Amino acid sequence: MTVSVSLLATAAVLCAVGGILMLTRPLTRILLGAVIAGNGINLLVLAAGGRAGAEPLLYGVPLGRVTDPLPQAIALTAIVITLATTAFLLAMAYRSHQLTGTDEVHDDQEDRRIALRSEVRGERDELRERYRATDEVTAEERTRYREERRRLRARLRADRALQARGRDATGDLWHDVLGADPEDYAAQQDRPDADPGATG
Amino acid sequence: MNALVPLPVLLPLCATGLSLAFGTRLKQLQRLISVAVLTAVLGLSVTLMIAADMRGPLTVHLGDFAPPLGITLVADRLSGLMLTVSSAVTLCVLVYSLGQGMADREEETPVAVFHPAYLILVAGVSCTFLAGDLVNLYVGFEIMLVASFVLLTLGGTGPRIRAGSTYVIISLFSSMLFLTAIAMTYAATGTANFAQLAGRLAGLPLGVQTLIQAMLLTVFAIKAAVFPLAAWLPDSYPTAPAPVTAVFAGLLTKVGVYCMLRTETLLFPGNRLGDLLMAAALASMVVGILGAVAQTDLKRLLSFTLISHIGYMVFGIGLATRDAYGGAIVYVAHHITVQTTLFLVAGLIERRSGTTELTRIGGLAKAAPLLAALFFVPAMNLAGIPPLSGFIGKLGLMRAGVADGGVWAWILVVGSAVTSLLTLYVTAKVWNLAFWRAAPPGQAATGTVLEADSDEDDDGDEGPDRIPGTGDEPVRPRHQPAGRAVAATLHGHAVTTTTKLPLPMTGATAATVALGLAFTVFAGPLTSYTDRAAAELIARAPYVQAVLGR
Repeated sequence: MTVSVSLLATAAVLCAVGGILMLTRPLTRILLGAVIAGNGINLLVLAAGGRAGAEPLLYGVPLGRVTDPLPQAIALTAIVITLATTAFLLAMAYRSHQLTGTDEVHDDQEDRRIALRSEVRGERDELRERYRATDEVTAEERTRYREERRRLRARLRADRALQARGRDATGDLWHDVLGADPEDYAAQQDRPDADPGATG
Repeated sequence: MNALVPLPVLLPLCATGLSLAFGTRLKQLQRLISVAVLTAVLGLSVTLMIAADMRGPLTVHLGDFAPPLGITLVADRLSGLMLTVSSAVTLCVLVYSLGQGMADREEETPVAVFHPAYLILVAGVSCTFLAGDLVNLYVGFEIMLVASFVLLTLGGTGPRIRAGSTYVIISLFSSMLFLTAIAMTYAATGTANFAQLAGRLAGLPLGVQTLIQAMLLTVFAIKAAVFPLAAWLPDSYPTAPAPVTAVFAGLLTKVGVYCMLRTETLLFPGNRLGDLLMAAALASMVVGILGAVAQTDLKRLLSFTLISHIGYMVFGIGLATRDAYGGAIVYVAHHITVQTTLFLVAGLIERRSGTTELTRIGGLAKAAPLLAALFFVPAMNLAGIPPLSGFIGKLGLMRAGVADGGVWAWILVVGSAVTSLLTLYVTAKVWNLAFWRAAPPGQAATGTVLEADSDEDDDGDEGPDRIPGTGDEPVRPRHQPAGRAVAATLHGHAVTTTTKLPLPMTGATAATVALGLAFTVFAGPLTSYTDRAAAELIARAPYVQAVLGR
């Protein structure tokens, strides 16, 4: 069987691009990734049919030289299925945007809860140790200690609310269309007080 | 007789059209159609099973195109049994959902969509069981998946969309992998028909064979939720309505197991990846059951036991002897029934007490003795207490493991015994918390709101910290302390509540419990049937001859 290198190379690039897009958070990007990777795989299916043969006209073409029709049928089926799934994913992304203001795929709730809990506990223990280690506790230090404890509790609460509601849209067009970059969250998480969820 | 083979796929699909046409205007007719069609499919499946047992595999080449061009449908002993069990279970779940009327959250769960999607799901499952080539198997998967997307995100509430997105993306990915595997197989052999592949794959270089086998196994392992590929399951299943979760947990994962069984026996005999499969089986068993031990929500807990018990079937496939395949097939039939029953009971508990969070319910054995009995039997069945069918399946697998005698086989035998004990611990924990202990104050007397005198606008007084559509806090349960069918007030409105469960719900659950018990009562005929099915799988020749006609 002869295989066209250009078909294979194109399929590989499409699959790679699609794969990378599918690893991101926003559903719209995942959708684009799925469509691109799906096209790449359809090319692979076509490549499985061997090299292009003669046109399948009714008379005058020996049947042995006609292109294998089966991979084309498989690819057509796959295209139709991808279309349906794309429509469903689009609807889901839109619904997610309606409900939570973003179309992000959220973490498993337990994962988030466990990670945040251990983080907050670590900080709390550190804080307590430092507080106990100081010999003379001034009133000012005590209030600061309590402030810090309160801040940690607020952070847990804020996360619960945030996770419940999803992150708010920022109003930035590209942000909303393509979804936010992970760096933005890092910046957002550094100042939990400014979080929209903190009051909830 | 062969003409009956496509009907389990065609009937539900045609009924879907009718169901959509009638829509919401004629609800009763829609329900009647669904029940009638699924009953017909059950009858057909039993006929196919018996016919396949007596005459050997039944085949149909659609449009009379010879393989590899046409679509081939095959019903052999294994597909016949799978079809029968799955259609019995889907019928019971349908009746259950009629009784529930999806009424727990009517506004979130449009019934008009439920029936067509459910019928398409049944058609897709039947199509995968009957598929005689890889492409048709792929199409069957996709029919099933698209219907399951709709069912899982029914109503489009926040938690369901969140859980559904994980499920959809994972399914999408596995479909792509499947299509790639099909392309590879076709490029290497020039056919996608199982019977032809059985002859041609052996002639390929070993590396190519192993690559195709590994890719197909990965695809099916994602579907079947075998351990390293199972993380999506406990997060996505529990948020769906109870009947949907029940049918997904019972059937969809077993479809993956069925495909593994089919391809491992027919396409890749010789068990090259047996050790890998057994390692995955052990990991699934142990990790799954430890996950279940840690849970306090009944639905999540059951999802983890589901992952754990998939390990048993993969163990049987990894051993690859006749006894092991027989044990795995018994276990598949047993597990479809028992896991569905447990999720249905979880739905009943949710209906009865407003939540499935085990820390908040108790005393149900006294308040609802029938419910307690309905939970107790399948729970013990799951744990494998003799003489129930779970014990028979586990015994068959362990005996096959001992007979095999390899290191991995012995490790797996010990692992499955430990998993069985831990399952008993988990079910005992559920029993103690939900049924046996005294009820927490204010819980035992709660019931579901039957009717309210006016539209409830209870969103106003929920306080600022409740956010609509949260996944974190449970949706505020619409129930109120009350006795049996008494009037009470809820947010200033008179409401009537009941603690009685609708008859179709309990009836359907009791039917699945009875089906599970029937596997025990008719264990002799069942095991001899599965033994014949396993022999047929290993022999391969009957299948190939039936399809290729020589």
